[in-house]
Amino acid sequence: MNAINRTVVVTGVGATTPLGGDSATTWEGLLAGRSGVRALTEEWAADLPVRMAAVAAVDPADVLPRPVARRLDRSAQFALLAAREAWADAGFSARAGEDESVDPTRLGTVIASGIGGVTTLLDQYDVLREKGARRVSPHTVPMLMPNSPAANVGLEVGAQAGVHTPVSACASGAEAVGYAAEMIRTGRADVVVAGGTEAAIHPLPIAAFGNMMAMSKQNDEPERASRPYDTARDGFVLGEGSGVVVLESAEHAARRGARVYCELLGQGLSSDAHHIAQPEPSGRGIAAAVESLMENTDLKPEQLFHLNAHATSTPLGDIAEIKALRRVLGDDVDHVAVSATKSMTGHLLGGAGGIETVATALALYHRVAPPTINIENLDPEVDADVVRDEPRELPGGTIAAINNSFGFGGHNVVLAMRTI
Amino acid sequence: MAATKEEIIEGLAEIVNEIAGIPTEEVTVEKSFTDDLDVDSLSMVEVVVAAEERFSVKIPDDDVKGLKTVGDAVGYIFDHQS
Repeated sequence: MNAINRTVVVTGVGATTPLGGDSATTWEGLLAGRSGVRALTEEWAADLPVRMAAVAAVDPADVLPRPVARRLDRSAQFALLAAREAWADAGFSARAGEDESVDPTRLGTVIASGIGGVTTLLDQYDVLREKGARRVSPHTVPMLMPNSPAANVGLEVGAQAGVHTPVSACASGAEAVGYAAEMIRTGRADVVVAGGTEAAIHPLPIAAFGNMMAMSKQNDEPERASRPYDTARDGFVLGEGSGVVVLESAEHAARRGARVYCELLGQGLSSDAHHIAQPEPSGRGIAAAVESLMENTDLKPEQLFHLNAHATSTPLGDIAEIKALRRVLGDDVDHVAVSATKSMTGHLLGGAGGIETVATALALYHRVAPPTINIENLDPEVDADVVRDEPRELPGGTIAAINNSFGFGGHNVVLAMRTI
Repeated sequence: MAATKEEIIEGLAEIVNEIAGIPTEEVTVEKSFTDDLDVDSLSMVEVVVAAEERFSVKIPDDDVKGLKTVGDAVGYIFDHQS
C-alpha cells in the first residue's frame, strides 16, 4: 500500500444555503440562475448602510430539535445539517463504529468558518449587559469557539482520527477541504467529512464589512446586487449556510462500493504578503497558488474545462483572479467555462469554499457548469469565457475543474478536481 | 407565596423540557438529571439558573453538586425558597 500519495475521491455532498435546505435544491437553484439575496426588512437592519443579504432558505433551528439547536451556534447548526446530508449521501447509515462501514480511528472532520460563533458572542454580551453575569449561557464557549462546527460534526459521525479547523477568512472552507484531502493522501485517515460554514448576518459584521467598503450597497435591487464581472459591481453580498463533502481514499470507496462524484486532485496554496484586506492587484499571489497546484498534482491544463471562481463582485478582486489564471495557464484559459456562483448564493465567507466544492463536484459529475447571473455589461478586463445566465454543458472525456478561494489576510487556496 | 412541592416538580419539568427536550410527564422525583434526563453538567447550570429565577431561590455552585435527582432539587428548592 502506498501510504504517502493515495488517491482521494468525493463520495458525498451536503449543503444548506440561501438557495435551498439541501444540496439538490441548491444545485437546482444554481442551474436555474436564481438569486438567494433578499432585502433585510427586519428592524435591526433599518439604519445599516447595507440592508440585504443571502439568508439561508431554510432556518436550521426549524429543522433541528430544540434542545440540539439551543446549544449550537447558527454556524454549527448549518454545518451539522450539511454534514448529515453528506454522510447519508455517501452511503453511511450509522455513526462510525456502529457498523463495519468505517473505522472511527480512520475517520476525521475538518470544518471551518471565517469568524466562528459571532452571533452567540454578541447575543450573550447583550444578555450580560441586560440581565447580568448569572444569566450568561454555560454553553457560550463551546458555541462560539471557531472549532465548534468541526467538533460537533465529529461527535455526530464519531470521528477519532482528528478534528480540525483551519481559519483563513473567506478561504477557510477551501482550506478545510484541502487539509482533509491531505489527511487522506498522506495516510492519516480513510474518510474525512470536510467543508465550511458561516452565520454572520447580524448588524455588527454588516456594519463592519460595510465600513470597509467591501459590500455592495445596491439596496434597491437586492437580487441583482451580487454581480461578479459586471462593470457596475461594487462589492460582495453577505450570505450564510454551509457546504460539506465526504472525502475518501479511492481504495476505501471502492471497497464499500461507494458512488464517486469525482477525484479531488489536491490543492495549491500561497499567501500575498501585500495587504491585510486588499487583494494584490496583479494576481501575483493567486498565480503562485495555481503554480503550486500544478506542481503538487497531475492536473493537466489541457483537461481544465471549468472554474468555480472566487469572484465576489468586488472591483479589484474579480480582475486579479482572471489575470492570475492567464499568467499561469495562458491560452488554456480559453477552454475554461468560468462560473461565479456567488452571483446567486452571495458570499458565505468561510462557508464559500464548502458550498463551492459541492458545486464544483456536482458540475463535474453532471457535466454542466452553472451560470453567472447579473452581468449586464461584462467588464472588458475579464479576459475569460464566463458562463452567463444559462448553464452550459461541459465536454465528455476526462475533464478537470478548479475552485478558487481567497481570504482577508492574503490567503490563496486553489482546489482541483477531475472526473473519474 | 412559597410554592408547594407539586408546583416545584411541575416547574422543574417545564424547565427540563425546555432545555433537554424531555417530555414533562417523564420528569419525576426519582429521575437522575444526568443519567435519565439528558441534562449534562453545562445544561444543569441552565436548569439551576432557570429554577432560581422561577422559585426565588439561590442555589450556590457548591450545593448544585448535591442535586443528583429531581427529588433532590425539589427538596432543596422547597427548603430554601424565600
